[in-house]
Amino acid sequence: MNYPDHIRYTKDHEWAELVSDTKVRVGITDHAQSSLGDIVYLELPKVGRELKAQETFGVVESIKAVSDLLSPVDGKVAEVNSGLASEPGRINTNPHGEWMLVIETSTAKFQFQTLMDAAAYSSFVKSL
Amino acid sequence: MSMLKRTSLFEEHQRLGGKMVDFGGWELPVQYSGVTQEHLAVRNACGIFDVSHMGELLVKGPGALEFVNFVTTNDASTLSVFQAQYSAFCNESGGIIDDLVVYRLGQEEFLLVVNASNTERDFQHLTNSLARFSGIRPDVTNESANYAQIALQGPKAAEVLQKLTQTDLKKISTYWSAEGLVLGEKALIARTGYTGEDGFELYLSPSSSQKVWRGLLEKGADVGLLPCGLGARDTLRLEMKYSLYGHELSDETNPLEVGLGWITKLSKPGGFIGKGSISDLKLQGPKRALVGIASLGRGIPRQGYLVYDSSKSKHIGTVTSGTQSPSLKKAIGVCLIEKGFETTGTRVWVQIREDLHEFEVCKTPFLDLKKEK
Repeated sequence: MNYPDHIRYTKDHEWAELVSDTKVRVGITDHAQSSLGDIVYLELPKVGRELKAQETFGVVESIKAVSDLLSPVDGKVAEVNSGLASEPGRINTNPHGEWMLVIETSTAKFQFQTLMDAAAYSSFVKSL
Repeated sequence: MSMLKRTSLFEEHQRLGGKMVDFGGWELPVQYSGVTQEHLAVRNACGIFDVSHMGELLVKGPGALEFVNFVTTNDASTLSVFQAQYSAFCNESGGIIDDLVVYRLGQEEFLLVVNASNTERDFQHLTNSLARFSGIRPDVTNESANYAQIALQGPKAAEVLQKLTQTDLKKISTYWSAEGLVLGEKALIARTGYTGEDGFELYLSPSSSQKVWRGLLEKGADVGLLPCGLGARDTLRLEMKYSLYGHELSDETNPLEVGLGWITKLSKPGGFIGKGSISDLKLQGPKRALVGIASLGRGIPRQGYLVYDSSKSKHIGTVTSGTQSPSLKKAIGVCLIEKGFETTGTRVWVQIREDLHEFEVCKTPFLDLKKEK
């Protein structure tokens, strides 16, 4: 699997992409989508919700499995990719491009830098 | 060290990139290319499944028919040699110990194909029942280790299998079987399955399973045959509302309430284990019903989720199985609910995590195969 260098990863298999000093986009990794299989359902939070890192912000379901989505950072939900909920299968085809949320926080850049980089995440996945 | 059991096709699953999971103690593929793709291959062309984990119990010798009839709910005396029937083992209270397919292989020889995870328990049940059986006692043996089983399912199944056998498949009707050679290997070729589609289940020696599996992959490639995992097996059976032990069926459910009255022959001669309780239940009328529900919004019902009536305040039952239907592209489920709510069109609510989601009791099978084709 190919993990892009410009995004960062969590051990819960979410990723974060820094889009400005105060905003990150959030999605799930290639490993996550591959473990789940065909994704058929996605439940995302409302804009404005305050999240803590590792707090559940939504649910993703494949045909076989239900899995919680955990926030990679503290912050407020600034934007939700609502179109994705009607075509959740897009996550399978483009996991690192299809973002679910934008989370806004003054410490976005700092929190982003504490997450695993592509090399660290790659070896973490291999160790599983 | 892995304690999981492996079938004779384990290396094939690895070679084909199957995603292996623990399924009731067996290491089996949940999928290869993807559940949706595999599911649709079976609906539109065909697919093959390794179902070698299923258990095979043989009842043979004088008294075989009478004993099979004593332990199963259906009437095996109606079977001709090589005919098959769906049936169940019940306990004295009428609870279901397992569901099974009975193949009559001879006048006094029956092959009972049971759920993998129940095989040991079923075999024990038969052995215990022999001691209580007043007639001539046949031999009962657990032959599971001597059988591999490949299910070939889908509208192109006969076309593909015919390329590998000289047995005339047109002469095998649904729920009949024949002994034949598949790629020169001895097999029981049964026109049975668990998908709703036409298809076959091949009972083979484990040593010949790899050759037949590869032959099917090769001869089926041009019609779109795919190897299919347990994921697709589950969505295919669910679209037909076929029951699965541990979901719809358990020791706590009786055949009448789960829609298996048709395989419960209370008037067959000799009686059977559980008959007394099931007869009483029939007089009282079943208290619950097994119904199909379809989503009116979003949200997928899953086993164990609670079901409420239209007022959202009365708990009326529980979801036994649910999924996103790959054919219908909507969420469907099966639930065991109180009688009185089973009419098609009845609105019910299913609790999915914190929220209630609206569903409608619908006609089943969910998928009308005649209409689709």
